[in-house]
Amino acid sequence: MNLHEFQAKQLLAQYGVAVPAGEVCSTPEQARDIAQKLFSHGEKMVVVKSQIHAGGRGKGTFKSGFQGGVKLCKTAEDVFEKAKAMIGQVLVTKQTGADGRLVSRLLVAAAPVIKKEIYLAVLLDRDSSRPLIMASTEGGVDIEEVAAHTPEKILKEIIDPVVGIMPYQARKLANALGFKGDLIGHATKMILGVYKTWWETDASMLEINPLCIIEGPDGKESLLAVDAKMSLDDNALYRHKNLQEMRDLGEEAPLEIEASKFSLNYIKLDGNIACLVNGAGLAMATMDIIQHFGGNPANFLDVGGGASKEQVTAAFKIILSDPNVKGILVNIFGGIMQCDIIATGIVAAVKETNLTLPLVVRLEGNNVALGKKILQESGLAVISADSMADGAKKVVQAVNH
Amino acid sequence: MAILVNPSTKVLIQGITGSFGARHTQLSLAYGSQVVAGVTPGKGGQLFENKVPIFDTVSEAAKSSGATVSAIFVPPPFAADAILEAVDAELDLVICITEGIPVIDMVRVKRALQGRKTRLIGPNCPGLVTPGEGKDSHGGCRIGIAPGYIHKKGNIGVVSRSGTLTYEAVWQLTCRGVGQSTCVGIGGDPVNGTSHLDIIKLFNDDPETHGIIMIGEIGGSAEEEAAEWIQKNCKKPIAGFIAGTSAPPGRRMGHAGAIVSGGKGTAAAKIDAFRAAGIGIAETPSVMAETLLKMM
Repeated sequence: MNLHEFQAKQLLAQYGVAVPAGEVCSTPEQARDIAQKLFSHGEKMVVVKSQIHAGGRGKGTFKSGFQGGVKLCKTAEDVFEKAKAMIGQVLVTKQTGADGRLVSRLLVAAAPVIKKEIYLAVLLDRDSSRPLIMASTEGGVDIEEVAAHTPEKILKEIIDPVVGIMPYQARKLANALGFKGDLIGHATKMILGVYKTWWETDASMLEINPLCIIEGPDGKESLLAVDAKMSLDDNALYRHKNLQEMRDLGEEAPLEIEASKFSLNYIKLDGNIACLVNGAGLAMATMDIIQHFGGNPANFLDVGGGASKEQVTAAFKIILSDPNVKGILVNIFGGIMQCDIIATGIVAAVKETNLTLPLVVRLEGNNVALGKKILQESGLAVISADSMADGAKKVVQAVNH
Repeated sequence: MAILVNPSTKVLIQGITGSFGARHTQLSLAYGSQVVAGVTPGKGGQLFENKVPIFDTVSEAAKSSGATVSAIFVPPPFAADAILEAVDAELDLVICITEGIPVIDMVRVKRALQGRKTRLIGPNCPGLVTPGEGKDSHGGCRIGIAPGYIHKKGNIGVVSRSGTLTYEAVWQLTCRGVGQSTCVGIGGDPVNGTSHLDIIKLFNDDPETHGIIMIGEIGGSAEEEAAEWIQKNCKKPIAGFIAGTSAPPGRRMGHAGAIVSGGKGTAAAKIDAFRAAGIGIAETPSVMAETLLKMM
């Protein structure tokens, strides 16, 4: 589950990580009030940030034509105007796809003068099966670019999960990042706090980019987490009631939400050949083989090991809600499941949804002969396939006709 | 010989009275596997299906029954605890079928396994099968949730992160009259107990395994790690398939570990690594067996 920037910052602040003063709001009036408060506390500049689950907001464009999902403002009136142009509008960034995302909330926050930008992240290191802290002096830019071109600028510290993070590990990073004097202490505290946030919330990824050195009115330097990106381990949400409430259904594809109600694992893609498969690996491989034979998969869909009649019917309805779909490939390896039961489910689903699109079915496994017979005798125009390759070829051909 | 388990291996089931655990215990018994004990805290002293004794703790079950292997079917919040209980009982092998265990739980389990004798397979895996000599491979050792009858006793090792793709490969072999030594599902989670490489090494040392099918998928770099070792050390022909060529980056494709993130873990990189190691590439999942048989 992904979190919004403002939610990540709320969590970070709870673990003692310094974040810019600010609040989230959903109307231009509220945005103006928050800005007024910040200006009255002596802030010179305030930033208005669209809250969506996608990066590239600053360089994004609203469908209304308004440029930029992140705006710096010098007056509360300006904040009001910018907020008015953003709230309720759809923002398109390089990560949202052409559909963009509706901006319903803004983060209005202090925007201090930044002296230097750092990158800091915590994630799972799959090679060592341990938590990994990644840091770089090259903050504020795409870290994948840094990793690709100047990998020596990425610092890594692996944490022993039994011991937990030790302060020396944070100091080592602070030192390697070039911090001096008081800032070593600030950075150490910040790294410890960010790690603790990651660990205690069961996060998958927590990225502070940029982490900024700023200069206060007294000329003293300090550190602030200016932007934050965070995702949580779905498998651990059961033990975090407070985090479950942070789920924003508005950010999820409606069909994916519908699918999750039936314990179906569905991911919408851009193609026109839908697939319905049991098992995640086989579902991925089915998409691959459709592509291999010149087709374009419309979705990933794993109906799981059980695949009841209700689930299969729900799966068909979800697939058919995608207007791009021009054909369907059902690929079931009925290892434990009986193919005749699955075939009965398919027949019922086809009838209930009044399916008119070409449907190719590949059944294999338990009671496969009976399963195929049920499909044949149903009177439905089901195209039967003998193997995955046969099924993929047939559905691609049917769609291209 | 096969690897890890053979038809006389004694197995206990943690979570034997849950509906999922019970169903698959019945199937394993019907397949002829030696399921000798079950564990459900609070139900010690009862019998499963009137024949398999149930115990309150794993150590008690292992001591009384002589089981050396455990299969875990307990729900995700209790799975890490169940794994470590089996490790504490000093079993040789623990196979965790449970899907949906928090990653941090597995990070801690993996650390706690260091220096212990127990090998963990999974979690989020179909388990393993060493086929038997009877009809439809009856009499073999089936631990987990794989369909037993699709197997046939023989000399091909199969290792995969995915359950259904394992079945697909096994079935392709069996339909061509080619049997398997052992088929192992290592699971689809980002942190697991046994890697592709661990299994490949066992197959390489097993005189009864003459060829290997290795099935990988996007995410992580376990396939690349295995390929590097294979290039230098493996004496046996291997055919490989990588699932997820068509998967969009940044999305989890069903398995918690199946995700391309930060440009890492792509199917293309894994296929390149396979090719460089001399592994035969199955261009589609339909030709996994065919690809291997052509090499042998």
